[in-house]
Amino acid sequence: MSDDLKLLDDVANSEYKWGFVSNIESDNAPKGLNEDIVRFISAKKNEPEWLLEYRLKAFRHWQTMTEPVWPNVTYPKVDFQDIIYYSAPKPKVQLDSLDDLDPEIKATFDKLGISLEEQKRLANVAVDAVIDSVSVKTTFREALLEKGIIFSSFSEAVHEHPELIKKYLGSVVPYTDNFYAALNAAVFSDGSFCYIPKGVRCPMELSTYFRINSAGTGQFERTLIIADEGSYVSYLEGCTAPMRDENQLHAAVVEIVSHAEAQVKYSTVQNWYPGDKNGKGGIFNFVTKRGICLGNKSKISWTQVETGSAVTWKYPSVILKGDNSVGEFYSVAVTNNMQQADTGTKMIHIGKNTSSTIISKGISGGRSHNSYRGLVKINKSADNARNFSQCDSLLLGDQCGAHTFPYLEVSNKSAMVEHEATTSKVGEDQIFYCNQRGISTEDAVGLIVNGYCKEVFNQLPMEFAVEAQKLLAISLEGSVG
Amino acid sequence: MLTIKDLKASVEEKQILNGLNFEVKPGEVHAIMGPNGSGKSTLASVLAGREEYEVTGGEVMFNGEDLLEMSPEDRARAGVFLAFQYPVEIPGVSNANFLKTAVNEVRKSKGLEVLDSKQFLKIMQEKMKLVEMDKAMTQRSVNEGFSGGEKKRNEIFQMAMLEPSLAILDETDSGLDIDALRIVANGVNALRDGKRSFIVITHYQRLLDYIVPDFVHVLYKGRIVKSGTKDLALELEEKGYDWIKEEVDATLNA
Repeated sequence: MSDDLKLLDDVANSEYKWGFVSNIESDNAPKGLNEDIVRFISAKKNEPEWLLEYRLKAFRHWQTMTEPVWPNVTYPKVDFQDIIYYSAPKPKVQLDSLDDLDPEIKATFDKLGISLEEQKRLANVAVDAVIDSVSVKTTFREALLEKGIIFSSFSEAVHEHPELIKKYLGSVVPYTDNFYAALNAAVFSDGSFCYIPKGVRCPMELSTYFRINSAGTGQFERTLIIADEGSYVSYLEGCTAPMRDENQLHAAVVEIVSHAEAQVKYSTVQNWYPGDKNGKGGIFNFVTKRGICLGNKSKISWTQVETGSAVTWKYPSVILKGDNSVGEFYSVAVTNNMQQADTGTKMIHIGKNTSSTIISKGISGGRSHNSYRGLVKINKSADNARNFSQCDSLLLGDQCGAHTFPYLEVSNKSAMVEHEATTSKVGEDQIFYCNQRGISTEDAVGLIVNGYCKEVFNQLPMEFAVEAQKLLAISLEGSVG
Repeated sequence: MLTIKDLKASVEEKQILNGLNFEVKPGEVHAIMGPNGSGKSTLASVLAGREEYEVTGGEVMFNGEDLLEMSPEDRARAGVFLAFQYPVEIPGVSNANFLKTAVNEVRKSKGLEVLDSKQFLKIMQEKMKLVEMDKAMTQRSVNEGFSGGEKKRNEIFQMAMLEPSLAILDETDSGLDIDALRIVANGVNALRDGKRSFIVITHYQRLLDYIVPDFVHVLYKGRIVKSGTKDLALELEEKGYDWIKEEVDATLNA
């Protein structure tokens, strides 16, 4: 809290500072998408036959689907034949130690402030670093393994724990779910895998850092988190990309399985390149994230801070299947300049006495559009289900838009569903009050907006909360005319 | 310290200040009184630099600098403090955090080291005593859910923290019960150090029993039409403003 000023200071006048391109040689698939490309990716990864079959089924299904048009966003149609679906940093050697890592890659992550050097770490965080299509380094694996925790790249998990992958892959987000989930299932490249055994509390934050580097590539990572009975894990995800004039596609799938009495906390700070002031370039972020509370008293909590991407389309959801399970969604979505975001959540209540909380804070500046879209569905079986939703929108100018699309489907009379929504503007009065105390307008907006997002930031792990505050200030630069 | 010459200002195209002259020397306490709509709060807003108020003529020099050329935050950093008539709420931002940001901005502008949390906390604890403020209030969001009295006390607390050279109190006494009034006034008096100057804008003589001014001015139709000592305030309380209005209107019509 007391660091606000320092943070705001740090960021004064800075632009998208993650926009550099690293000079890493890469091994690319040819452009375009067909069954051969799917086979190419699978072969590159040395995958077992069953996984190739899974990909092909997904690909064939995808071909029957059409792009969704219902989100409240407009963007040029994606040419799926103009994308490189696989790009790996070269040379890809088996890494035994950090010293084997390409110095350029190491430098890239150093520049991003992500230390892959365990000995130098400050925070208690294990990192899986993914550049383009492959995971380049996962730290702390051995230490975690002592507790039985598996934390590795998805590709490695396919070889080392095929039984777990077979059992859970697509169990929460089947490839039939939606257009981009099908695409991801066909061409997913890498991502993180994590398994927490029964009764184990993961002693550190697990984190995946995604970086798109190569031009013309799409990123399709796949993350699978399984928390066995009575376990706990807090998972962090961060992402950046170079500044490029063309749009790049990011279509990830995250699946979370939380067994009885297990708790999974998933936090994202999404900072893909948002495009320039006029809306040129930037990432299309079309992501499917979903968790299932399988057992009694299990809990899944999503916290997201969305500041990047040209277009975002994302609804981290929870299926509350187990009785007494709990789902939470805390979101701050910031759009500035020409950015568009259509984001929210789905809470599907199936079990008895299930409860969900939705806190969404949308902040729009410039000529951006920010939509909250949320579904609360109470099934017939969900006796005494509870939901509380609060959707607040903050406008920073008069050329931006805030939209709210809350959907409610209640099929059980004992349900109690509450929805609150507000729309406000950062007041001239508030800014003048800050000015009169010696605080500049830019800093005042940062302070006011951070205050507005406090409920969500409080949910983030400390390190991440600091990062999120910084990001927010940068994203808002020039948002008030 | 502050010299106002022939100041004219309008808001929404309506002329409110009509050639106001006024001087404040270091350490002085000036009370400004006057009937409703005479321009008291406009004067405070113009001095603080509120955008909606357009200065149409005259000049304001503050410690040798042209105050009207400065941005509101630069005025604040230079030592002008306005205790708001209606303090603004900032949800989610703690009072302590807000003040730390403000204090450090002011310090930076003076080339001083910024305070770390520990140093800041120490100073804050000292100043809290001045306005009998309890610790919980510093952790609450700025003015959010504060009672009228708490808001005004918070203004004086902020003033104590920011140590301005010129403090303008815009109807700080309005809406205060007698206990709150005493606390606020004690806070102000504790900050009178012979160098710091005050402009106290008020409707009521009552406040001036607690904060005894060196000078009392009557503002009417955007000008200072009468100046005197504390006795003038007592006279006004007894006789109202009509006799002054008549005097002024007679001169204007002559």
